[in-house]
Order: sequence, then C-alpha cells, then structure tokens
Amino acid sequence: MSGYYNEDDLPRFGEMGKNAPELWEKFNEWYGAVFQEGALSQREKCLIALAVAHAVQCPYCIDAYTQESLEKGSNLEQMTEAVHVAAAIKGGAALVHGLQMRNTAEALSM
Amino acid sequence: MGTSLVSARHSPPPAEERLRILNNRAGRSPQRPFDDALAASGLHPLAATGIEIFQVNAGKLCNQTCKHCHVDAGPDRTEENMTRETFELCLDAIRRLDRPKVDITGGAPELNPNFRWFVEQVRGLGCHVMDRCNLTVLTLRSQSGLAEFLARNRVEVIASLPYFSADRTDAQRGGGIFEKSIEALQKLNGLGYGQPGSGLALNLVYNPTGAFLPPPQQAIEADFRRELKKRHGIVFQSLYVITNMPISRFLDFLMRSGNYERYMNKLIAAYNPPAAAGVMCRNTLSIGWDGALYDCDFNQMLELGTGFGAPRHIRDFDPAQLARRRIVTGQHCYGCTAGAGSSCGGVTAGKAADAGSG
Repeated sequence: MSGYYNEDDLPRFGEMGKNAPELWEKFNEWYGAVFQEGALSQREKCLIALAVAHAVQCPYCIDAYTQESLEKGSNLEQMTEAVHVAAAIKGGAALVHGLQMRNTAEALSM
Repeated sequence: MGTSLVSARHSPPPAEERLRILNNRAGRSPQRPFDDALAASGLHPLAATGIEIFQVNAGKLCNQTCKHCHVDAGPDRTEENMTRETFELCLDAIRRLDRPKVDITGGAPELNPNFRWFVEQVRGLGCHVMDRCNLTVLTLRSQSGLAEFLARNRVEVIASLPYFSADRTDAQRGGGIFEKSIEALQKLNGLGYGQPGSGLALNLVYNPTGAFLPPPQQAIEADFRRELKKRHGIVFQSLYVITNMPISRFLDFLMRSGNYERYMNKLIAAYNPPAAAGVMCRNTLSIGWDGALYDCDFNQMLELGTGFGAPRHIRDFDPAQLARRRIVTGQHCYGCTAGAGSSCGGVTAGKAADAGSG
C-alpha cells in the first residue's frame, strides 16, 4: 500500500467491475444515463456533480468533474460559484443543527 | 512578448525528439498506435479524397508568442518565411486545381511582405481566400489598412480568440492581447465583417486554455455569441472549436506540467471513428514556408513530409498523385480524432461526406 487517494487509481475505477460485473454494469448504465443531456444540460449536470464532489469531499470526483466542467465549457467563475453553493449548504446544514443543540439545551435547563 | 522555444533554448525539442516523445509507448499505460485505431474503423491506410483546401503556411514570424502554439511562432522567427518565388510556385499549383479554397496561415501570415500580393493573385484566379488571423496584427501601426484590404478582397477572416474574457485569453496569448483583439474585432465589424448579408465572413477559433478537451462547439458558440455581443457589441458567423495538439509549445507545456500522459490517454480514449473519417488532411494539402509539402500543418511542424511516393515539394506538384496520396499518420493524429473531432474548420464528425465530395 503506497497510501490513500492515489491519483493513478482514478483510471482504474473500472476494476470495480471485477467480482461483481452485473452490479458494475447496472451502475455504469445508470451513471451514463444520469449525465445525458435532459431537462438539465450536460454542463449544468457537471457543475452539480462538481459541487456534490466537494460536499462529499471525494478527491477523485473533484479531479474528474473539474476537468469535465472545463470540457463542457464552464469557466472558473462558474465553477467557484458552484463550490460556494456546496459550501453554503454544508455550512447551513451544520448551523441548522444548532436548533437541535438549542432544543436539547432548553430541555435540560431550568 | 516572449520568445519562441527555438530561441529561448530552455527545451527546444527538435522534431525528431517530439516524435520520440509521441511515439514512446513504454509509459505507465502503453498507448494504442493510431494506425491500429484507424484499422479498427476501416480507415487504414488513410488516404486523401482530393485537394479542396490549399493551405499555405506563409512562415513562422508572428507578433505574438502564444503558449499553445504548435508552430512555435514568434517575433524572433524572422528567417523561416515564404519567399516570392515559393509563392509563385504555389500560384502555379493552384492554377492546376479546380479553384480550391486557399487557406493562408502562419505565424501571422500578414507579416509576410508578399501576403497582400499573394491574396490579390489568388483572388484573381477566382479562389476563396481564408486568412488565419491573430487579430492583434490588425492593430499594428506597420499594418495600417490591412483590415480594409481584407474586406476589399472579400477574404474570409478566421480569428483566434480562446475565450470571451481577458484573463483566459491573456493567460494563453500574452498580457493585453484580449483588449487589442476586441479592438480588432470591432474594426472588422465596422467594415461589415460578421454582419448578416455583408458576404464578409468572420469566424472565430476557440481552443482550450489548458490540458483539457474543448466543449461541444454549439454550446460554447452560444456563450461566445451572447457574451461578445453583450460586453463588446461584437458579432461573428461561426465559432470553430479546435483541440490543442500535443506538438511544440503545447507539448512542452504538457511535459513541464506533468499532464502529458493523462492528456494523451484522454485523446486516445476519445477516439471517434466518424471524426477520423472527416479529418482535414483528407481534402487538404499543406505547403510549408520553404515549399515542402505536408498532409497538414501539424505534420509540417513535426517535419513529417508527404510520403509513400507522393511529391514532396511544390516544385514537383502533381495534382492527380497528391489528390489520392496516402497520408502520413502518427500518435499526434489522435488530437484530430478525439470527441467531435478537430480541424482548422472546427469539428469533423459528420464531415466525411463533404471530404469525399471533391
């Protein structure tokens, strides 16, 4: 083991098809269909994927969807705004849990 | 302005060194030979279908030093420029063809002192002329009247503009280039270029500002149209999307930045048979500044001359033989066959029928 999060692993993603080829095939088909042009453009879908990649903090996905977003014609301003959307939701999600804290504190307090 | 790789000598990879890098299949992931991909698509050996585009490279002199330039052109490339005698040989060849489109490129071809004379001669033969223009050349004091000259001769202008904002354009082409490019585009628009019904064609060329593939042509064209109109009042006919070729300065960038293998693998994975069927070398003949013949401008920069018994110099021009010549290919050809394909006229997928019509 050379370490976690090796960039050479990204092009080896297909090896996840070994030992469970049917599941891999289903995943692949569904994944491909998700990113087809639809009610949302491929460019919009890539920006969503880029934002989600940051939210789930997946370095492989950040790498892949940074490149994909550029190749769909997005620019750094748009991509940075997408990351801010992810960050705002993550920040807001943490903050809104403060109400849980307040509820608990209130319940415990005289 | 910077200097060319040749002049800077920080790593001026000669053509054979570039070819060695491109053909080295001993990397971490061995690359599929381009000819194997062609064979699997039923396109091997790749052959020309005619000479519809006569592409003249007027030389390597340019007033810019763009980071991605496959020609390694620049202000210091003053020696390798086409002479009047070689232009004359080009005219002799054009007369023997059925009014091909004459595509003049460089460097900045307008800086060749024979440029205006050559354009007038070619127009006199009734040929459509395309000028691959870097735009800023139109703002040089030494080139006064150039835009008006192009308009008067009904020359199609194919202008490089990698993005509709200054940061990305200047990052690739040099500080202040975007502002001057906008000034030039506004001047061209003022002369009627890009305006509906004027008959003066103004087409833009987009290429990625890094180691990634270009977006779909229609999508990015809509962005350019909207943003250039909104921000600068500029109009144009079409936007051609071109993939950066792993040659010369862009190859140097790929090597220095550690992106080479990944970029090549991306091009190879994106190999698209319909794009391969429509590659521009099939209906183009490329002429170097010294009269040497090539299948395309990229082969020219790799010094891969026409082969397989075809004439190798414009003085030996043989239209019948060259129109059916076998094309010299290499790993760099993946740059033209990735995704929707790439050529001097943008995407190639679906253009095979056009290529076959000549």
